[in-house]
Amino acid sequence: MSELNSALQVPPSDGGSADETTIEQRQTVGLSQGQIVRKRFFHHKGAVISIIVLAFVIVLAYSSVGLHMFGISIPGWWQWHWNATPPLINRGVPTLNLIPGPGFGIGPHPFGQDQIGKDIFALVMRGAQQSIMIMVLVGAVGTGLGVLIGSLAGFYRGIGDALLMRFTDVIITIPFLVIGAVVGRAVGGFGAPVLGLFLGLFAWTGLARLVRGEFLSLREREFVDAARVSGASDKRIIFKHILPNSVGVIIVSATLLMAGAILAETALSFLGFGVQSPDTSLGVIVSENQAAFATRPWLFWWPGVFIIVIALTVNFIGDGLRDAFDPRQKKMPSPKALAKALARRAHATRTPK
Amino acid sequence: MASFVTRRLIAAFFVLLAATFLMYMLVALSGDPLEELRQGNAPNKQQLMDSLSMRLNLDVPPFLRYFLWLGGVGQCFVGQCDFGVNVQGLPVLTLLEQAMGSTLQLVTGAQIIAIVVGLIVGITTALRQYSGYDYSITFASFLFFSLPIFWVAVLLKQYIAIGFNNWLADPLIGVPVVIGISIVSGLLWMSFLGGAAKRRLVTLGVATASTAAMLVYFELTNWFTTPNVGIVGVAVTAIAAALGVTAISVGLANKHAVRGALVTAVVGIALYYPMTYFVFPGMNLPLFLALAVGAIIGGGVIGYFFGGRDRWQSARTSAIVAFIIGAVIALEGFLMYWNAYFNSTRINGRPIATIGSATPNLGGNFWIQGIDTFTHLLLPTIAIILISFASLTRYTRASMLEVMNQDYIRTARSKGLTQRTVVVRHALRNALIPISTVIALDIGALIGGAVITETVFGWSGMGQLFLEGLRHIDPNPVMAFFVVTGLLAVVFNLVADLLYASLDPRIRVS
Repeated sequence: MSELNSALQVPPSDGGSADETTIEQRQTVGLSQGQIVRKRFFHHKGAVISIIVLAFVIVLAYSSVGLHMFGISIPGWWQWHWNATPPLINRGVPTLNLIPGPGFGIGPHPFGQDQIGKDIFALVMRGAQQSIMIMVLVGAVGTGLGVLIGSLAGFYRGIGDALLMRFTDVIITIPFLVIGAVVGRAVGGFGAPVLGLFLGLFAWTGLARLVRGEFLSLREREFVDAARVSGASDKRIIFKHILPNSVGVIIVSATLLMAGAILAETALSFLGFGVQSPDTSLGVIVSENQAAFATRPWLFWWPGVFIIVIALTVNFIGDGLRDAFDPRQKKMPSPKALAKALARRAHATRTPK
Repeated sequence: MASFVTRRLIAAFFVLLAATFLMYMLVALSGDPLEELRQGNAPNKQQLMDSLSMRLNLDVPPFLRYFLWLGGVGQCFVGQCDFGVNVQGLPVLTLLEQAMGSTLQLVTGAQIIAIVVGLIVGITTALRQYSGYDYSITFASFLFFSLPIFWVAVLLKQYIAIGFNNWLADPLIGVPVVIGISIVSGLLWMSFLGGAAKRRLVTLGVATASTAAMLVYFELTNWFTTPNVGIVGVAVTAIAAALGVTAISVGLANKHAVRGALVTAVVGIALYYPMTYFVFPGMNLPLFLALAVGAIIGGGVIGYFFGGRDRWQSARTSAIVAFIIGAVIALEGFLMYWNAYFNSTRINGRPIATIGSATPNLGGNFWIQGIDTFTHLLLPTIAIILISFASLTRYTRASMLEVMNQDYIRTARSKGLTQRTVVVRHALRNALIPISTVIALDIGALIGGAVITETVFGWSGMGQLFLEGLRHIDPNPVMAFFVVTGLLAVVFNLVADLLYASLDPRIRVS
């Protein structure tokens, strides 16, 4: 490591002792915590690409078929409603054609149609809307509850901590899919938002344990003592001193919780315990069309591709955030950059100014 | 230690008690169990509803019904479990036993393969950090994390089962396919073995050429219609296993161990004809297991006598070699009966099954039944491996990287130890400590974790017990499922903690 450091340093021009800062320090010198995190995050190519792709999917899903919930109805730019049944064109084969030449373009039914003529693009967009909404709701409710319970248990310790953690153990003993199926069986008929809220009520356990651990270690640190000595209230210590320091752990696990949530939701809907017909979600579309795979594979491919794209991008964003928040993260120069730096140093020593 | 375990067990008991109560209430309140009958139009509707209410004590409110259920389950402590009856009136305990057997059959093999593959890939990615291989595996494991298993299952059914069955009707590998597979395999081996540019090129060439040669050999000898290993195949794999296992476990410099492993290989090869002609036709399961154990012990004894100074190391190596050779010879046993299976009237030339756990009324001897189990296990096993492989690889890679950056690894290297000794003896053993707890937790979640896989592939295991119970708002089967999974989760949680404490001397349980 030390060889590496000295190789990457500009050789001292006055012949004095070498600059003692390491590579890591050099990269972050003069930057605030937020700036360091942002810089590291934007260096993670997978995460940046994922953010762009995910934003595209979300905009596409919500703008194309419009927003329809709680009685509000904003039409989108796509011509078909997901329950409309236009006449079948060419057996419903997808009209999407990206090969330049005749027929190039998206056509009237880019993802094809099902047996009765429903437009699969509209259906998949509506499904993606529902799945994304459930994912975000589970993430928000789960994170909120997890932070609340974890921080109370970790900060106040004692009997309250013991009770809250045993309660967490009770919930964590039940596999999420199992509790999700029971909850979905009970509230799935009330629509996607309700399902998302109720699933979130059981998704906070892992986060609560993490946050509690973080609070237990942070509350013993000197800066918390300093704040307490200068008369800060518990509320102020929690919100101004400890919580900002554990925000990395929270954001990362919230992201991974959301990635798990979309897979759980689609699986539940697939099993029939999630979003119920006539409403739809990506899992419902796969479930309804799996038998038609041999004859109409497009009914099956597109919803699956959207599940994977959403889950994969969220996972990558989570990975990028973890790298960005991890203080031990070291950005190693590639062999190429190292060779360049060595050559530069050799050059500099040969031809002193 | 004892007080730690006792305290944990008492806490776990109360946690489980509360969890079962929560679960029971959720299931019982999730709908109306009489709805199906009420909306039906059977002439004796009222009578049916009354008898169902009687059977499931539906006249008791759920809060109190839980204690009736708990009373039945509590009798497990005196050896008379009573999990109640389901909607159809069948005792849940019998259903539970069948379901557990079926699920264990499904998940055991898959989990073992996933652990072995996950460990190997995780270790190699850590050793080749930031290489093309590392990046591809990282991307692949992210992809596998994000796969909806019910979707993958349909793809597997279509392309692996139906596509492969169609292909088997006329097994012909085209020239472009041979070239494609060979180059992919060459690239895989190259990135896997790594090294300097020249060595990479040599690996690429050798791997590509040998894959192509193998495919052409299969094609020319009609291997896919009459698959067999043959004495040559057994000999080659035996010698390769002997050298490979020795190289990894004790190093080829240890002449005693090499000699022991090679003698084991020769004994294995010599046993090929006697086994296939005299022992295999009358095979049954106890004999099969006895032979497997015998192979391991026999190999161990050979290794022990050739062992020189470090007998147990050599015995261990030879035992592993003997097990591998035994597996190859057993594979030959299955392949000998492949044609009988393939052409049987129940199979009719379409061996890979897409659904269920066995072909009904197949008959046949041990080998044919074995092939049948294998063809039914293939698809769900692939699906389970894809999912668990991803997380295991990531854990192993992270843990291995953590260890490889420690000072004692640098010390070991500067002492002049070989790469094998540093990686296997200094790094791997320490890297395995955190992984062992992850594996323990995985095993705890095994029985309950395959609900979706079981549903898609039509296995009537624990998943079906749970889902059917839930569909009919029938708490008894659901609770039986949950008692087993919850108990396993709690027990393996404790096992993971104890394992960590016993493997890592820095951790004390108190």
